[in-house]
Amino acid sequence: MTEMIRRSAAAQAAALAAGEASSEELTGAHLDRITAVDGDLNAFLHVNSDEALTVARDVDSRRAAGEKLHPLAGVPIAVKDIVVTEGQPTTAGSKMLEGWIPPYDATLVTKLRTAGLPMLGKTNMDEFAMGSSTESSAYGPTRNPWDRDRIPGGSGGGSAAAVGAYEAPLAIGTDTGGSIRQPGAVTGTVGVKPTYGSVSRYGLIAMASSLDQAGPVTRTVEDSAMLHELIAGHDRHDSTSLTDPVGAFTQAARAKDVTGLRVGVIEELEGEGFAPEVRARFTESLTQLERAGAEIVRVSCPNFTYALGAYYLIMPSEASSNLAKFDGMRFGLRVVPEDHPTAENVMKATRGAGFGDEVKRRILLGTYALSAGYYDAYYGSAQKVRTLVQRDFTTAFEQVDVLASPTAPTVAFRLGEQVDDPTAMYMNDIATIPANLAGVPGISLPSGLAEDGLPAGIQFLAPARADERLYQVGGALEALLEDSWGGPLLAQAPELTGGAHS
Amino acid sequence: MTATDIDLVDYDEAIARFDPVLGIEVHVELGTATKMFDGAPNIFAAEPNTAITPTSLGLPGSLPVVNGAAVEYAIRIGLALNCSIAETCRFARKQYFYPDLTKNFQTSQYDEPIAYEGWVDVELEDGEIIRVEIERAHMEEDAGKNTHVGGATGRIHGATHSQVDYNRAGVPLVEIVTKPIPNTKGRAPEVAAAYVRTLRDIFRTLEVSEAKMERGNVRADINVSLRENAQAELGTRTETKNVNSFRSIERTVRFEISRQAGMLDAGQKIIQETRHFHEDTGGTSSGRPKSDAEDYRYFPEPDLVPVAPSREWVEEIRAGLPELPAARRRRLLGEWGFSDLEMRDVVNADALDLIEATVAAGAGAQSARKWWMGELARIAKDREVDIAALAITPAQVAELQGLVDGSKINDKIAKQVLTKVLDGKGDPAAIVESEGLAVVSDDSVLTGAVDQAIADNPDVVAKIQGGKVQAIGALIGPIMKATRGQADAGRVREIIMEKLGVS
Repeated sequence: MTEMIRRSAAAQAAALAAGEASSEELTGAHLDRITAVDGDLNAFLHVNSDEALTVARDVDSRRAAGEKLHPLAGVPIAVKDIVVTEGQPTTAGSKMLEGWIPPYDATLVTKLRTAGLPMLGKTNMDEFAMGSSTESSAYGPTRNPWDRDRIPGGSGGGSAAAVGAYEAPLAIGTDTGGSIRQPGAVTGTVGVKPTYGSVSRYGLIAMASSLDQAGPVTRTVEDSAMLHELIAGHDRHDSTSLTDPVGAFTQAARAKDVTGLRVGVIEELEGEGFAPEVRARFTESLTQLERAGAEIVRVSCPNFTYALGAYYLIMPSEASSNLAKFDGMRFGLRVVPEDHPTAENVMKATRGAGFGDEVKRRILLGTYALSAGYYDAYYGSAQKVRTLVQRDFTTAFEQVDVLASPTAPTVAFRLGEQVDDPTAMYMNDIATIPANLAGVPGISLPSGLAEDGLPAGIQFLAPARADERLYQVGGALEALLEDSWGGPLLAQAPELTGGAHS
Repeated sequence: MTATDIDLVDYDEAIARFDPVLGIEVHVELGTATKMFDGAPNIFAAEPNTAITPTSLGLPGSLPVVNGAAVEYAIRIGLALNCSIAETCRFARKQYFYPDLTKNFQTSQYDEPIAYEGWVDVELEDGEIIRVEIERAHMEEDAGKNTHVGGATGRIHGATHSQVDYNRAGVPLVEIVTKPIPNTKGRAPEVAAAYVRTLRDIFRTLEVSEAKMERGNVRADINVSLRENAQAELGTRTETKNVNSFRSIERTVRFEISRQAGMLDAGQKIIQETRHFHEDTGGTSSGRPKSDAEDYRYFPEPDLVPVAPSREWVEEIRAGLPELPAARRRRLLGEWGFSDLEMRDVVNADALDLIEATVAAGAGAQSARKWWMGELARIAKDREVDIAALAITPAQVAELQGLVDGSKINDKIAKQVLTKVLDGKGDPAAIVESEGLAVVSDDSVLTGAVDQAIADNPDVVAKIQGGKVQAIGALIGPIMKATRGQADAGRVREIIMEKLGVS
């Protein structure tokens, strides 16, 4: 079983289907792995062994009875703690929701349960998904499996680390400005931000409603495709969910053919600010694709320069509003001040005690940006930039099939390195943010080892509703690179032991 | 000097020297099956916190979805108020912190209302028609309901704690905002009440709401300002919130005109603020200051896609609109032959539907009016209930009138039967039958009674035979008494005249 957990989710699913292992054994092996390494990594905020094993045994008996099961049935999964799960704690990495047990499931969780995926537990994250390092979690940072003194990216560092450390073969992440893709890049794993509306947002604790999107966190492109197919689809509980039929992502991932595919290199996202070795791995990846028959084209997206600025007005504006409900009145933390505990004072005390610094910073930013007299200058201007970014994508996709850039400017930095420098922290998402502003899909997969022998990622972006293209190019590049590496990049990660980090 | 101890100016004097301008915001709760943005039932008076979903409670992760029926109702209202219907419009978040507001923002419409630029004609007591310009009608959600426990009379002041019922949270509302209503002069109070009544009647006709004022289905915020004359710029306004009866609306406007005139006379500025009306004193008191620049940090609701009603759909809704109250009144006036005054009384008594149904059940229009506006209105008043709440149906009233028309009973007996119907004894014909109340026109019975009366009253008989035919009435009285009022008075008269040989 210790060997089995290193396989891809697709391979684990095949083993279950072939009767080589039971879901109970597989789930148990992952739970053992969590016990062995998570004290050190802190990828999980909550582990639900009993429920996971119950689901696993149920799948096993249904399989034994000859029932037709979902291809991923019995393969365990970890879920980012921003996704509400009935009966399991959901904190969004905040003290504000400590102890809260949601009375309902997110739509994507319902889909996981229906398909019979045992949920191992809930993964760590930056508080309310605000951060690029998982250091703003109220429950301590998650550590990078490649180097436990480094950050695993954020906000979904827990999901990426769990998958990278073989604690789970699959995980769910959410991506508002790069929270799936950037952790994927710095942990040597795969992450996909689907087209906005592809996966229901019902049951995702909202940070920025117009930007948030849930997606798969896995070790292989094919695994992401399978998981994406499972969680996608129209949901009548989410007005912004697409009504399109779900694409044939898995088929696209398995095609491994890029002949004639036009890949656009975004000029604005490969030069200044990107580490030399990160850029080198990116260029080598493009060379691999070119050799395999793809056409590499340089394209310009001039307004991407303003994307980060626009994002840091739109995201906090929406977040300031979405987080208003955390007031101690109906759920979660309630702090009652001794002196004059009116509703207003309870709200103040609760929000003062329950939110961390980064959350407060963004609430302040957003509240200011939406204020009368400032709205047009800030929120209004940012929306105009957003339109310009969308136009850049439209123009670019008239010339190419997919766009490419390094996922993040650097490899994983050290814990604490950027904590006191919010703007430096925000720069981590410079390449990932434009996709969220435009609602287009993006994938990050490993491009190789860069500075300090740590993984770097390459990102592909496709037009809205053309997520298949990501799986097509991602699956092909992954195969080419793994050939050159002689196996998955993660195989080069140092062996984790239960020992303490330095 | 505070606002509360200002000298009120006599109303007529205030009107003589100032020109009042009104502005009215009416909220109507829509009677859709479910709430504005989620599938929770839209019901009144269920157990607290039972008509809820994660979305009505604003739980983390929950999302709104627009209720299509509510949009249709809003369009109906917009069309009935002669508004343009937006080709596309968005919801916006109106942000403020309050415990009854689950998300600490209200999902409403801000700069893109579903309906805008309309008008409605309002008919006053004397038949004068005032056209009120409508600025907009927009969709939004209601908040929950706070109950303050432990203080005096349910107020928050002095309460030990408060309870919140979120059953009402998310109930669909349409808010209708007028443009400033000028030139009402001394009739401002009447115009304000008549406008809200007009809307109330339209909501009922459109079947978009039960529109019960006493339940808060319809709530009015009344803005009043004064200016020197009709050419001057608008004065500073006050907004008296949630005035919930027609009478209170009139009193609010009247009081504010007197109060503001007093302020202005004393050289004080009117403070732009919300105010509260007090039923007991008939006055208003200061609420919170309100400026036009109050910062709700509105921004477009990112969880909802724009609402874009197709032109075909709007036209379909327009084609399906029922006859509106004003047109219906005009039509019925012609059909029934009522005087203008009779018609206004009927409308003001909320008896139009009842009379129409009674006529539809076979009664003559004037007979139906007499029952509902006479005996039944009196009984309703005695019992302090709405006329429509009386335990009698229009069909029963028509049946009763049919008995009178067919000379089965007379008017006096009819009133007795009416009381018995109200007491739940059954339908009129059955009551007349079972209690033997039908008019007695059987000669064998009547002749005996006539003979007895003639024998008992020789002096009256002498008068009649002496040519004073009108003295017959003195014989009929005892006969009616003997037959418990059921004798056919006409036939009795004939028999007497036959017996006494007069004609």
